[in-house]
Amino acid sequence: MSSSSMLLVAVLVPLLGAIGIYITGKHPNLRETVTLIAAGLLLLIVYSLLPGVLAGARPEYKFFEIFPGLDVAFRLEPLGMLFACIASLLWPVNSIYSIGYMRGNNEKKQTCFYICFAVAIASTIGIAFSANLITLFIFYETLTLSTYPLVTHKGNDAAKKSGRVYLGILLTTSICLLLPAIIWIYSIADTTAFTEGGILPATTHKSVLLALLLMTTYGIGKAAVMPVHRWLPAAMVAPTPVSALLHAVAVVKAGVFSIVKIMTYIFSPAVLSEQLDINFVIYLSSFTIIAASFVALQADNLKRRLAYSTISQLSYVVLATALLAPLSILGAALHILAHAFGKITLFFAAGSIYTAAHKTLVSELDGIGYKMPITMLAFTIGSLSMIGVPPTAGFVSKWFILQGSFSVDSTVAIAVIVLSTLLNAGYFLPIVYRAFLKKPDGAEQSIHEAPLPMVMALSFTALMTIILFFYPDLALSLLEPWLESLS
Amino acid sequence: MTSHLAVLQVVTPLLAAPVVVILHNKTLGWLIATLVSLSCFIIACVLCLQIYDGNNIVYTLGGWAAPAGIEYHVDRLTAFLLIIISGLATFILIGARESIDNEISADRLYLFYTAFLLNLTGLLGVIVTGDAFNVFVFIEIASLSSYALISIGRDKRSLYAAYQYLIFGTIGASFILIAIGLMYAVTGTLNIHDLHERLAHVQDSRTLITALAFFIIGIGLKAAIWPLHIWLPDAYTYSPSIVSTFLAGTSTKVFIYVLIRFVFSIFGIEFSINELSVQYILMSVALIAIVYGSLQAIKQDSLKRLLAYSSIAQIGYMILAISLVTVAGVAAGLIHVFNHAIIKVTLFLCVANIIYFTGTDSINKLAGLGKQMPVTCGLFVIAGLSIIGVPLTAGFTSKWFLIKATIDSGYWLVIPVIVISSLMAIVYIWKVVEQIYFKEADHAHVVTNKAMPYSMYVSLFVFTAACIYFGLQTDINVGLAQLIADDLIGARP
Repeated sequence: MSSSSMLLVAVLVPLLGAIGIYITGKHPNLRETVTLIAAGLLLLIVYSLLPGVLAGARPEYKFFEIFPGLDVAFRLEPLGMLFACIASLLWPVNSIYSIGYMRGNNEKKQTCFYICFAVAIASTIGIAFSANLITLFIFYETLTLSTYPLVTHKGNDAAKKSGRVYLGILLTTSICLLLPAIIWIYSIADTTAFTEGGILPATTHKSVLLALLLMTTYGIGKAAVMPVHRWLPAAMVAPTPVSALLHAVAVVKAGVFSIVKIMTYIFSPAVLSEQLDINFVIYLSSFTIIAASFVALQADNLKRRLAYSTISQLSYVVLATALLAPLSILGAALHILAHAFGKITLFFAAGSIYTAAHKTLVSELDGIGYKMPITMLAFTIGSLSMIGVPPTAGFVSKWFILQGSFSVDSTVAIAVIVLSTLLNAGYFLPIVYRAFLKKPDGAEQSIHEAPLPMVMALSFTALMTIILFFYPDLALSLLEPWLESLS
Repeated sequence: MTSHLAVLQVVTPLLAAPVVVILHNKTLGWLIATLVSLSCFIIACVLCLQIYDGNNIVYTLGGWAAPAGIEYHVDRLTAFLLIIISGLATFILIGARESIDNEISADRLYLFYTAFLLNLTGLLGVIVTGDAFNVFVFIEIASLSSYALISIGRDKRSLYAAYQYLIFGTIGASFILIAIGLMYAVTGTLNIHDLHERLAHVQDSRTLITALAFFIIGIGLKAAIWPLHIWLPDAYTYSPSIVSTFLAGTSTKVFIYVLIRFVFSIFGIEFSINELSVQYILMSVALIAIVYGSLQAIKQDSLKRLLAYSSIAQIGYMILAISLVTVAGVAAGLIHVFNHAIIKVTLFLCVANIIYFTGTDSINKLAGLGKQMPVTCGLFVIAGLSIIGVPLTAGFTSKWFLIKATIDSGYWLVIPVIVISSLMAIVYIWKVVEQIYFKEADHAHVVTNKAMPYSMYVSLFVFTAACIYFGLQTDINVGLAQLIADDLIGARP
């Protein structure tokens, strides 16, 4: 099969999987098999596209043209390839983990859960493959809608209220800011296609550029730059595999991916750095990094602490992109990768703790490292990656971001990165300290490791976090042509 | 034969109406009305093909040349509207029998079809005629028959609604007549093309300014432009569902056509802008209409009333687009006329089904309906997404062109209003969706008809398919609308 039709197949596989899950919904074992088969197939398809993209191929698939200059179409390029690889690799892992979690906690409506999950993955792949802004926008919205039932999975009032915040913020920002920005861009450039070197002409007035920049930064609410970050902590009511999906696989990653993609393929970093005297986005993301870290420092609920850590980490990507230096943009792309594996490990660990010990607060974790050594070891690796300590993937991306900051002499960025590293250490290391060095209360002897599928999943992602430190070559060689097109 | 096509648009339904009275049979009445609508639709399509290249058709009634005789004039704008109106009439009627039988008492059914045909005559006549006084005559035919249509149902409140509409409608029509009379006084002609030519030589005429003012207010009443819309919610809410469906799709659209025709083809844009700043008047009322209509829609409990207020907001969009007075703006307005007709008809047809099944359109009583009427509710969601303006539906195309036209014209402050009202559309559609899908049914529905006849889904499927088709393929409506906009103001720098 040609690689252009493979693009279509890649999106169809999870959708067909969703139908299969619906049909086999009454038989849990069969249903989970369908999920895993679909996930495995998607993984194969996406990675079969990788050699071609590495060799310089840019497969395209066009669905139809709404009107001239406005197509619904796919085009695979390095950045999208990277994102698709992350999502398709984490879906099977997350599915295995979900099976353990959903059964271990006797969750209701599991069929609905797996269906929505599959649709969300299809949307994510759609975002990764989008050839233009309008296709991206369509899949961006389907991702929001398909994750809504997941966020409100518990069905109680708190979940519904959070669901409303989730839907409200994400839809409002995308319709009020992102869509007008897209139409504005179309009005200037007569196209919305992602093109190497950007489509906005160098003659565009700088106030227009600045307005568009702010509209896209805030219009993509999934990137959670303050103050449109509220949906992320609200979505914490969801079951942990969903949080993992939101934070690592799909939703927030789709947000920062879209920002990086728009910054490099719609705006041109070269034009932007020439035109913009003051880049507000740098300050906005810097503020978000620091402020979210302070909130995380005070949060006792483990998942809440992780959520604010995500907000802070996402703004690393936004900040790195806004610096407009090629090295920092490379760092941004790598940070999407590194954060995905690091954060999913942390969430998996938090879910394991909840499943095995029913603990949700940081202050309850004294000595838990002895009861659940593998989980807490993985948690430690994830934490180190968040802080950016070698040998973890987080170090690599932070290295490039810092290099980029030095290359453009951005003292703000350097200071923010250094300070936030300290803050990251400040809210992750105490958890590790409690888990391994504090004595447990002693009352609870019955805590064991979580179910096997969960432990397998989190060991894998923790391992990947370390592997990515030693072998970032594949990602680097994938992104190289993309980076060249920037300058 | 083909040379008489233009006049057949009016003559066919006009002659069929008394036939239906004489036959006095509901099945035959339905059949004749449907066939007549269909033939009008086919004729409209043929006409459209004939004039697509820009060779307008001029038909003189009885062979009397203008200005002595009456002229029918078909250009692209005419054909565009003819297709919309006759197409809607055809596809609404095809599946409407069960709902009509259910909501109108049996002894009045033949009268319903008669009134329907007369209404169709009036609406098509307004569009096809090239004579200003004739426009007024057809407006009256359309209005009188629509008063009858509104009050023909079982709901007693419809009498009051029809009476209210009658008062406002008559005032509106009289104002339009006064405007036409004043123009006649200045120029001595009623033919639209003559009027345009002669008015071009009339400068600084106070009479003409008065005529324009009367016209704008008259048309505001008929097209339900805020603040002259107050008859509309009642008329849509209390009339039989199929009547609401047809009126929502057609009647206001025809008056927007009259607005475009008079302002652009008779008074001329320069005059309208210079003497009365029509575009600013229209733009400000349109903006208020958009916000007001959407806000009111959120508050409603009756589904029909919700859709009626949504219509007021959507009419605001059309007027807003036209008031930009650019090619892109007028094209966007026409695209929305087309798309909104389809979308609103789909929504009203869903409501017709819901009323048939549950006997009520109160949103609070519809909890859990999604499980009992999965097809209708599913289609409602699709049409709802379309009215919000979600990509891949017809509504998105409208909104895209509207926002783009606004950006191109530089009216930056208007854009927040458009996007915020889209959010309000999300709220009022979501309100229904939450009720029908995410609430448990707490009490049994008041079921009047348990089995839904399949025929009731026919029209609904046709229009839902159109909602999606015109979101994916826009060659027909967008292409034609842009040609028309070029015709109307292309010459203007």
